[in-house]
Amino acid sequence: MSIKLKALLKSPWVFHLSTGSCNNCDIEILDCLTPRFDIERFGMLLVGSIKHADVLLITGSGNRKSMERAKRLYEQMPKPCLVVAVGECALSRGMFIHSYNCPVPIDKVIPVDVYIPGCPPKPEAIIAGIVKLIEKVKKGTAKK
Amino acid sequence: MIYIFYFLFFGFLLTAIIGLLASWIDRKVTAKVQYRVGPPLLQPLIDIVKLLGKETLIPAGSSKITFLMAPVIGLASVILVSTLLWINNIYPAKSFLGDLIVVLYLLVIPSISIIIGGFASRNPLASLGASREMKLILSYELPFILAILVTVIKSGFTFRLGEILTFQAQNGAFVRSWSGTLALIVAIICMQAKLALVPFDIPEAETEIVGGPLIEYSGSGLAIYRLMKNMLMFTVPFFLIIVFIGGLRLDGIHLLYGVLKYIGLVALMTVIRNTNPRVRIDQAVKFFWGPMTIIAIIAIILALLGR
Repeated sequence: MSIKLKALLKSPWVFHLSTGSCNNCDIEILDCLTPRFDIERFGMLLVGSIKHADVLLITGSGNRKSMERAKRLYEQMPKPCLVVAVGECALSRGMFIHSYNCPVPIDKVIPVDVYIPGCPPKPEAIIAGIVKLIEKVKKGTAKK
Repeated sequence: MIYIFYFLFFGFLLTAIIGLLASWIDRKVTAKVQYRVGPPLLQPLIDIVKLLGKETLIPAGSSKITFLMAPVIGLASVILVSTLLWINNIYPAKSFLGDLIVVLYLLVIPSISIIIGGFASRNPLASLGASREMKLILSYELPFILAILVTVIKSGFTFRLGEILTFQAQNGAFVRSWSGTLALIVAIICMQAKLALVPFDIPEAETEIVGGPLIEYSGSGLAIYRLMKNMLMFTVPFFLIIVFIGGLRLDGIHLLYGVLKYIGLVALMTVIRNTNPRVRIDQAVKFFWGPMTIIAIIAIILALLGR
């Protein structure tokens, strides 16, 4: 593994994007930053600008309006970068699967590396998902 | 030849190492204040290595050369000013006339490079952050220069850093006098604004204008800006230590005192940063042009009276 990827795994900066979620997943993501879980131990920071980000955390069902923006954000993210889908809606559209407004799941639009199920997933589950992501990059099977 | 050695070893390498360590101390203490564990020791270095390996994006329609040159200008001026400070600190006799003024000028250039980069990146939020940074410079420079003027008056109207240092070595540090203490307080608060730490982090307010002038920077440009900021976290306190608290001496037990002086200043900065909310830009300008300037002028009058 190159030094580039090694450093990336030690300090993944996270940009957090909601494509029409009910806000529960977003609150659980913010929980990871609180003293109880403290993901800054692993060098993770929540950044405000997509240009600084290494990991794109997507929540929500991915409706028509927001998926255009999500795609544009993915294209603006400096490579190498990773994508994580958090929550049932982001995985399979959840209860909105028959909705006129959510025609395709998120991973048909942008390449997703790790799926974290749950409605909403616990902070422990999110951290376990990130561990899986790191394993995947180490094995070299991530989509980058 | 010796100057090139100083430039590379003291100016760049040592300053960068101490600066990265200082930024780790800052993040760790912040985490401890919030009952968290905090990042590991090498985290600031890993961040910079990671950013150097990432893609550098240039926003469409921005002025490319200015956008890419701005961080380099800022880093170069920080390296230059820390070289000057180290040479003066180690050989006080080698200083030239007016290097205090040169240092004051060079310390403004990192902020100016942030302004240039922000305006060059063609992003409304970046322009907003850059204009706030400009107002902040206008507000804090006046009390900062007045506070530094106190040391010039007390050391018998000399503009050489070396003579200020030797004067302090003979007569005791300026901070022991009333005027020196007042000026140091003013200078510490101005340093907080110079480093854009929390009560005065108006230019890069994360929650309002998401990172401010640096919003469009990615990859190596952002890495250079981060390195520049980390190095400033050493350079500005070092400047204050030289002009107010008698410099860092590298022999024997004095080395320990020097390290304690520096860690004390960094811890003070971090505590101020963690216990204060962000002020608005108009409040910052009022604060610096009102109370801070008045305290600095009182310090100058006291210094002229010999206190």
